[in-house]
Amino acid sequence: MLRKGIALAALGLAFLAAPALANTNALPPKEAHWSDSGPFGKFDQAQLQRGYKVYREVCSACHSMNLMYFRNLGQPGGPFYEEKYKNPNDNPYVKSIAKDYQVDDIDSETGDVVKRAATSADAFPAPFPNEAAARASNGGALPPDLSVIIKAREEGQEYVYSILTGFGAAPPAGLKIEAGKYYNPYFPGGVIGMTPPLAADKVTFDDGTKSTVDQQAKDVVAFLTWASDPKAQERKQFGLGAMIYLLIFSGLLYASYRRIWRNVAH
Amino acid sequence: MSGHSTYEPKSGFERWLDERLPILRWSADHMMSFPTPKNLNYWWTFGAILAMCLGVQIVTGIILAMHYVPHESLAFNSVERIMRDVNYGWLIRYLHANGASMFFIAVYIHMFRGLYYGSYKAPREVLWILGCIIFFLMIATAFMGYVLPWGQMSFHGAVVITNLIGSLPIIGKPVTTWLWGGFAVGGATLNRFFSLHYLLPFMIAGVVGLHIWALHVPGNNNPTGVNVKSKEDTVPFHPYYTVKDGFAMSVFLIMFAVFVFYFPNVLGHADNYVPANPLVTPAHIVPEWYLLPFYAILRAVPDKLIGVLLMFGAIAALFILPWLDTSRVRSMRYRPTAKLYFMIFVLACIVLGFCGAHPPDQQVINGFATFQLLDSDLNTWVWLSRIGTLYYFAFFFFILPLLGLTETPLPTPESISEPVLSNSANAPAGAAASPEKRG
Repeated sequence: MLRKGIALAALGLAFLAAPALANTNALPPKEAHWSDSGPFGKFDQAQLQRGYKVYREVCSACHSMNLMYFRNLGQPGGPFYEEKYKNPNDNPYVKSIAKDYQVDDIDSETGDVVKRAATSADAFPAPFPNEAAARASNGGALPPDLSVIIKAREEGQEYVYSILTGFGAAPPAGLKIEAGKYYNPYFPGGVIGMTPPLAADKVTFDDGTKSTVDQQAKDVVAFLTWASDPKAQERKQFGLGAMIYLLIFSGLLYASYRRIWRNVAH
Repeated sequence: MSGHSTYEPKSGFERWLDERLPILRWSADHMMSFPTPKNLNYWWTFGAILAMCLGVQIVTGIILAMHYVPHESLAFNSVERIMRDVNYGWLIRYLHANGASMFFIAVYIHMFRGLYYGSYKAPREVLWILGCIIFFLMIATAFMGYVLPWGQMSFHGAVVITNLIGSLPIIGKPVTTWLWGGFAVGGATLNRFFSLHYLLPFMIAGVVGLHIWALHVPGNNNPTGVNVKSKEDTVPFHPYYTVKDGFAMSVFLIMFAVFVFYFPNVLGHADNYVPANPLVTPAHIVPEWYLLPFYAILRAVPDKLIGVLLMFGAIAALFILPWLDTSRVRSMRYRPTAKLYFMIFVLACIVLGFCGAHPPDQQVINGFATFQLLDSDLNTWVWLSRIGTLYYFAFFFFILPLLGLTETPLPTPESISEPVLSNSANAPAGAAASPEKRG
């Protein structure tokens, strides 16, 4: 009873920690279901692959993912993980994805800056060399890095999904939308610098999934969720073992406690 | 209770060592045979839980420090690298981050327990003050630890808190410059906060040693607040309390594990996954949940300096508590009026926590129109935090001193064993069903 009370109090405190977002004047994000949610949730690998394709063909034109390496795509839980290739550097699919990119390197003979094909050990190349270049190409707005975007927003999955599918409504009277800006009611302030990125059939899914805006948004959010916390699935599996262990251990300790104290009035 | 020793060396080596360094005798006397009141309830297990929390923080912290880089342009990525590339780095880092919250949950319960059962009263004043020092060091350590990931909340939290110190007269400015290592929060600040964050836990461990020393001179208080009278009142610490504390620690770990494995970021703030940017200020700068009541007290008054003094005063009041409470009865179990005021005090602390999480000018009850009182509308968090702050200080400086002189306490039992025996004779079945309620 006491423990339960403490746990409840702690959960209550958890809600405290997230301050009210009421005055950001954005709509609350849309509800959606995610296959990875809950203690037993798992990513759908086909969805992660589709999501990566959306990122690669659409988002990566403006958004970097500086914390991601090509090898991450082939690690356990990743979009292109295969049991056969425990070491993601051996994964032929990962290698072929990396090979399509050119990255800077130094020629060890001459010291000149040269271009070479990327390997699985390389980071995802950023679309712009620096912040100024990114702003110059985007009407002054800075496209945020997407490496941990889902962790970096309250209700990250719903928020990003709502932003991606939230274009198209007419702005409320009195809200002036300048050229190069767009109305999106889910974005704080309602005016966003991002061009509506998704369109039906803009990305062709290799597995034959119908390429709607909603599907593309859900898939890329699944991919970004995985990328924001690539060890989440491992964590939950580990957690199950830990919980079972702790429950049994607590039971044994309680039995010992009752036995040791049985002759003491207290 | 110190002085007596029941240790008998069992082997030649133990005898040899006992004559040179009686470390085994010391351990046996303090950790095995130490006479402990037999009526301690589950609220008394939080001491052991806190020792465990400190151990977890130090062990995980040392491992994190092997991978962390205290540099303004590398810190954020090094923390993410721990989560992504270090073997079980996600586990170590989430244990450490959530461990801080668990530490504070446990310490607040431990402190409320001490308050309720009068554990600060003579002869335990030094024990209580050492506990207050530990609490203050914990706050400093937790604050500096939160700065280390160098996210948005880290950076702007550091700016807000260090600026508070700057508002103190005379010493404010030089101390702030010294904390910053320059003229603004930056790389030098991060580096010295890392150094201090590594130092303070070992200072805490040292004060914990003193805390336990001070505990073992008078011995434990107990739920009746009545002194131990005879050997009948006590049981040896081992195995009776090692097993009881062990069980409580294990149950506490279950709650800890729920956060670490299933809600690792729920106690943190999403903004701290955005790398620090001095040019962009987050919409609401809030500290971690465990500092919110003090943050609410700080913001309750319009004047910054008075706010800072009140905030530190809220902690300082704890230090002088043993001399504020005039009642000769330790346990509030026998002080019905004090019990009521204590419950309101706990409620006030929780309400202050909620106040700290909300913008001061936001309405508490949405859409409920009230009137303007002085600088703000009555239905705002700032007025609620003023009420909470008033009660917080009134409890220490008005209620506790006066109540001890005016109230009529219930009769206290002759000895620890007396209520224990009558209790088990009256309702053995009910008592067994909820052991934590028992004396």
